[in-house]
Amino acid sequence: MTREKVELPPFQALIDAHWRDVARLARAMAGPVDGDDAAQRAWEKAYAAYPALTSAKNLRSWLLTITARCATDVHRARKPQRPLEEAPPVAVEGPDAAAWPDPDLWRAVNELPERQRFAITLKYVGDLDHHGVAAALDTTPAASRRLVSDALATLRSKLGVEDD
Amino acid sequence: MTDLESRLTRLAMPDPGHTELKRPVLPDADVAYTLHDTPIGTMLLAIAHGRVVASSFGDEETMTTRLARAVSPRVLRQARPLDDVRRQLDEYLAGTRQAFDLEVDLALATPFQRLVLTDLPTHTSYGATTTYGTVAADIDKPKAARAVGTALGANPVCVVLPCHRVVGANGALTGYAGGLDAKRFLLNLEAKR
Repeated sequence: MTREKVELPPFQALIDAHWRDVARLARAMAGPVDGDDAAQRAWEKAYAAYPALTSAKNLRSWLLTITARCATDVHRARKPQRPLEEAPPVAVEGPDAAAWPDPDLWRAVNELPERQRFAITLKYVGDLDHHGVAAALDTTPAASRRLVSDALATLRSKLGVEDD
Repeated sequence: MTDLESRLTRLAMPDPGHTELKRPVLPDADVAYTLHDTPIGTMLLAIAHGRVVASSFGDEETMTTRLARAVSPRVLRQARPLDDVRRQLDEYLAGTRQAFDLEVDLALATPFQRLVLTDLPTHTSYGATTTYGTVAADIDKPKAARAVGTALGANPVCVVLPCHRVVGANGALTGYAGGLDAKRFLLNLEAKR
């Protein structure tokens, strides 16, 4: 099988364009403490896999998917004895917690079921559409839509904000 | 977008001056490059597998895109692998070095450009100029003076491969990727030895 020659942009261009998004998504998913570690690992994995990519489309989405997986891994590795369904909440209560904007929202997001938490961080922090979210969570766009809307409903009631 | 949704988009956005986001740190790149300020302008220097692949006045986006295609897409801005290249270039531009001790890879050049550029350090000498016609004769293409001029103009490894030493038959400087002022600077520098 012949592979078409893919013209990938220089990796530095990906870093310059997306490093902030990757760092924020990793922190939102794994918490401020493990997030930086997850982002660093995500870049290492992306760098290693980059030359073998077969498409130069949706590179941002590809990066955020890797970031989501690394964030999950790093985060779960802290408490490996727990079953996956009970993944630990993110460590928002660290010494720096007060310095993070919107601590109420952090806490409420933190208490969501893991899949919902991942879906809304990918959707809003990662700014991915439901296809992108679904790819990162290995599910369907319809399931992503459901996870996000359930999460928003829970957050609204917890934070006491109205539907607007 | 609802108010809650816009709050969510700002989640994990750090306050300025506190808990800054971190840039990734990666191993030595397949192609490492740096932007280096010199008396003749900002130059993009790049190295791949220990060989200089670019020493150019071209802009960052164009050059790194060409390097990604010609060498490897794993192109990173990394200054350290270019320490030796920068040092030698600075010495040359300060007039304290006459020849470069660097290996060059003309990955960005066409086969004809390679033919013209590869032996340029032996076809020219420090402090002297030669002509497009002479270089054409040196590579056994005596009628190709104009094509030689074009090939020299596309030199991806400027200064290290001294295309600035080649001038028109009447002694006119003709042209240079870094501008005629840069070419004049280099020829004056070499004339001072």
